[in-house]
Amino acid sequence: MAVGRTYSVTQLNQEIKGLLESNPSFRNLFVQGEISNFKAHSSGHLYLTLKDAESAISAVMFRTDAMRLRFQPQNGLKVIARGRVSSFPKSGQVQLYLSEMMPDGAGALHLAYEQLRDRLYREGLFDEAHKQPIPAFPHCIALVTSPTGAAVHDMLRILRRRWPMAEVLIYPALVQGREAPASLVRALQAVNRDKLADLIITGRGGGSLEDLWAFNDEAVARAIYASHIPVISAVGHEPDVTIADFVADLRAPTPSGAAELAVPAQEEVREACAVLTRRLEQAARQRLTHERLRVDGLCGRLGVQTPVRYLAEKRQQLVQTEERLKRLQTGMLAERRLTVDLQIQRMTRALQERLAAERARLGRGCAALDALSPLRVLGRGYAIASDEAGRAVTDSASLAPGSRLQLRFYKGSASCEVREIQKEN
Amino acid sequence: MAAKKKLSFEQTMARLEEIVRLLEQGDAPLETSMALFEEGTKLSKELNTMLDSAERKLAVVSHDEEGKAVLQPFAEEA
Repeated sequence: MAVGRTYSVTQLNQEIKGLLESNPSFRNLFVQGEISNFKAHSSGHLYLTLKDAESAISAVMFRTDAMRLRFQPQNGLKVIARGRVSSFPKSGQVQLYLSEMMPDGAGALHLAYEQLRDRLYREGLFDEAHKQPIPAFPHCIALVTSPTGAAVHDMLRILRRRWPMAEVLIYPALVQGREAPASLVRALQAVNRDKLADLIITGRGGGSLEDLWAFNDEAVARAIYASHIPVISAVGHEPDVTIADFVADLRAPTPSGAAELAVPAQEEVREACAVLTRRLEQAARQRLTHERLRVDGLCGRLGVQTPVRYLAEKRQQLVQTEERLKRLQTGMLAERRLTVDLQIQRMTRALQERLAAERARLGRGCAALDALSPLRVLGRGYAIASDEAGRAVTDSASLAPGSRLQLRFYKGSASCEVREIQKEN
Repeated sequence: MAAKKKLSFEQTMARLEEIVRLLEQGDAPLETSMALFEEGTKLSKELNTMLDSAERKLAVVSHDEEGKAVLQPFAEEA
């Protein structure tokens, strides 16, 4: 046996490690295999074997990397892992030191999704504080979706049934394929520029992971985040959540679900209005009753009856008074009539007495007058002589022989001529 | 399209709720209470009118060269 350089075991293992680590491809490679001998150590490190049909290799994932795993590794699970190749000097064992691991079924797509999701989360795009409230009674809803297919028609039907008061505008976009992300972004930006809608619903019906991949796109996520108008996401793909769902202001499981979340049901709103109206009337009635009771109470405390009863009483009193008055008036009238009659009688008597007295006086006067009456004198044989002028003659000196004289006797008269005048001596 | 009506449905309903709350508190003067009741009755009628007269407008949007929105009728499935 020829003896070259003699290594200690330690030296050998170190060499092997150095050799492995010097290979550039071994510093960062992807390995596909099935997990076996999985052990999660209490320290947080994971120990496992990756194997395929023929071979196996040891692997370890240290705690800091293991913490970020998005799934639970288990025996039998096929995975794709990223890591470096080296060896463990103590045992000389070749090992994979894994930094990432993911289920193989999803492939690179899924990895990309998770990495983007985590990055945007750290940036704050999913923050609750940024999310806008959805209007309770939207005036105009923009649907950013395909104008064909079941999704849009489902949404239209439900929106019309629940809340026809809201106008609906369709902003057509591609919802799958390579052009879809740019199309969605353009539509979302157009809605914001046009400022016609106060709510956006964006989404699509169900499909495979590839079909709805546009809703995991970073540009779409940022366009949703930047929207001044609230966005409801409606990607039909339970149970997985797309990145659009994380960024949106509200998430719905399906397009139909989104329509139900977007608007209230008009029957419920009508009922709510009816309830309010009933409460309004009830409250007004109670207020009036309360007021009436309050007034009654006050009146009671004042020792006065309630205004209504008081007025009724007063009215009653008034009626009674009126009647009494009427009776009194009738009585009084009778009395007054009596009095007046009496007075008339008295007056009449007085008048009559006066009349009699006057008549008596008149009679006496007449008698006196009569006594002095020339007619009486004439009855005793005297005569009245009056001249031609009709003046009574008292002195014969006023006469001349031949003047005419009228003589008035007690009965009858005579015209005479004077013959001779005899003077008084 | 912001609400061009005098008061939106939402605002009308909110005011009606407020009036009912005030009336149920019961400490407003009687005059005020009756005025509130009148206003509330008017609002209730308006809400029902708005619900009954909903037009259900629908259109698909495109944009012209200047970027202005162009609305066209959209054919709904029956």
